[in-house]
Amino acid sequence: MSAEFDQKIHTTLADANLQLAIYTATGRLKEKRVESVAPGILPDYQELRTQANAIKQHSIENLDHYLEEFERNVEARRGKVVYCKDATEVADFVLGLAKERRARLVVKSKSMTTEEVDLNERLEHHGLESVETDLGEYILQLAHERPYHIVAPALHKTRYDVAEIFTRTLHVPNEIVIEKQTAIARRVLREKFLAADIGISGANFLVADSGAVVIVENEGNARLTTTAPKIHIAVAGIEKVIPRAQDLATFLKLLARSATGQLLSVYTSFLAGPRRPGEIDGPDEFYVVLLDNGRTKLLPDRTKRQSLYCIRCGACLNTCPVYRKIGGHSFPWVYSGPIGAIITPQFMGVAHEPSLPFASSLCGACGEVCPVKIDIPKILLELRSDVKKSETREKQNRIEKLAFRAFAFLMTHPRLYELAGRMGAAMAPSDGGSWIRNLPAPMNIGPVRAWLSQRDLPPPPAKSFREMWRRR
Amino acid sequence: MSRDNILHRIRTAIGRSAGQAVADPPPVRLHIPEADMESRIASMIVRIEALAGKAYRADTGKNACATVAAAIAGKTAVASNAPYLAECGITALPGVRSGITDRDELRQVCAAADIGITSADYALADTGSLVMLSSPQEARLVSLLPPAHIAVVPRERILTGLDELFTVLPNPAIQTSSMVLITGPSRTADIEQILVRGVHGPGQITVIMV
Repeated sequence: MSAEFDQKIHTTLADANLQLAIYTATGRLKEKRVESVAPGILPDYQELRTQANAIKQHSIENLDHYLEEFERNVEARRGKVVYCKDATEVADFVLGLAKERRARLVVKSKSMTTEEVDLNERLEHHGLESVETDLGEYILQLAHERPYHIVAPALHKTRYDVAEIFTRTLHVPNEIVIEKQTAIARRVLREKFLAADIGISGANFLVADSGAVVIVENEGNARLTTTAPKIHIAVAGIEKVIPRAQDLATFLKLLARSATGQLLSVYTSFLAGPRRPGEIDGPDEFYVVLLDNGRTKLLPDRTKRQSLYCIRCGACLNTCPVYRKIGGHSFPWVYSGPIGAIITPQFMGVAHEPSLPFASSLCGACGEVCPVKIDIPKILLELRSDVKKSETREKQNRIEKLAFRAFAFLMTHPRLYELAGRMGAAMAPSDGGSWIRNLPAPMNIGPVRAWLSQRDLPPPPAKSFREMWRRR
Repeated sequence: MSRDNILHRIRTAIGRSAGQAVADPPPVRLHIPEADMESRIASMIVRIEALAGKAYRADTGKNACATVAAAIAGKTAVASNAPYLAECGITALPGVRSGITDRDELRQVCAAADIGITSADYALADTGSLVMLSSPQEARLVSLLPPAHIAVVPRERILTGLDELFTVLPNPAIQTSSMVLITGPSRTADIEQILVRGVHGPGQITVIMV
């Protein structure tokens, strides 16, 4: 484990207020999800998951086809599609367009994809003002932090934190009432919306047969971002494409439920090109940035490419016993929780944080709640194997290898296995029932001691199952 | 160019060649339940009220107009150019601006108005949603900038839900550049998971079904 990962985990675990905040917020989201997919409300929940999985599988297996179809249809509606391979290309495109149109101010709605490429920082570095408009994201931008959670980005911030951030950065009087804090943000951001030259959004879905971008949100900031400025740029990963508008009936029923337990989010925008002749408002220019940024590296492996089915609902975070303890900022990249643990090593390479796929108990809860049925536990296992294979000979733990070889030998030699079991039972501390937390000297050494410092071992029973079976 | 590189990388990775035919996608899954108009209206009311919105029935357009007039009560309002609002007499109510076709003017009026009044192209009974298609009749900002939104919807436009919507409109992009589903008032729970309504969009929503 890298020192940084280790240290962030320990800081989070030691912070009682933060522990309570994470646990309460994820617990509430989790409960609401369960209520909203209950058989009484959504009887065909499992069929919808199966359908969503099938559509995603089909889309990814024919990704080039649907991207080209999407592109044709966007262009038929007078929009433009721009393929970008990485963060630099996205920033270059936006900056180039801003320069041509003499744009100064950008408003942004929430988008994990733009977080991924640090778009705000890159634009601001070149003198463009870029303002986040989702309340949580706005707070984090003012605090210079990255999202803590895919759908609840500022869940680690209290009203007192927000009061401090607002007084310090916006020079407003200290305000700790949440409604009034929201009103402050509304007022400040309303001016930005009306003055902005460019609106940048993400996309929840790209619809191939319509050339449309679909954006789901609750606050109305994405609607304003895509309506008020004369230029709208949607930034989306290439994996977001689905074949037909009719498939939205399946995905929209799953997305809001899995994310926040709502039947539908407050606003679902289906946007196809700039405003048309006669339409009174809406942007004059419409661009869709299709971002690779490592996604194509996930495609060759049939199991691992499932990671690209993700619709960013955050349900796996809320249900994950590990995320609920170590929180979002312990994770080494913008994506946290189980989905972060499978996406990050594949995008950045397993060497980026080799212990990440191991930060899981493999309990399987993430796979069970995933609305598109990504087999997250299986992918974690494959990534663990990749990590081990990628380690150099010297780095590979010789004792661990030896232990596993001995284990494999025992498992394939039943008589020896039984003998070892009996020896273990005879040597184990005989205080009956309690867990083994330590071993007596001289066994309490080096790797054994380190291993037990993180784990408790059940004592071996006096009689093995085989013995009991024989005496039956 | 990155376009060709990316498409090439995708094809190599998934084992396809350019222009290769595609097997049919899984059949679409659209099931429209049986629901008479009375139960659709009842469901609309339950869902909208559950989201802290207001929902009313009106027997006639005239009654709807009276409900709108009571809601305006001296405040300023902007109405969309939907012919149905004019038919009901709503655009002629005192304090209501309507008939705007210029973008900048619309933006100024909407930013200053207390109430935005629209019709809706459809409504979805099982979620209590309004479906707004952008057109010369319905601008986007009327349902977005003012702090309160009132929608007046003829009852025959109430569909059962998403499945029926995408059956009626298999490809909304043919009709419009923007279709928005509105389900309740604008809201957030970004600070301490406390629900606050009216963040960037309207904090109050009223649906009148005629």
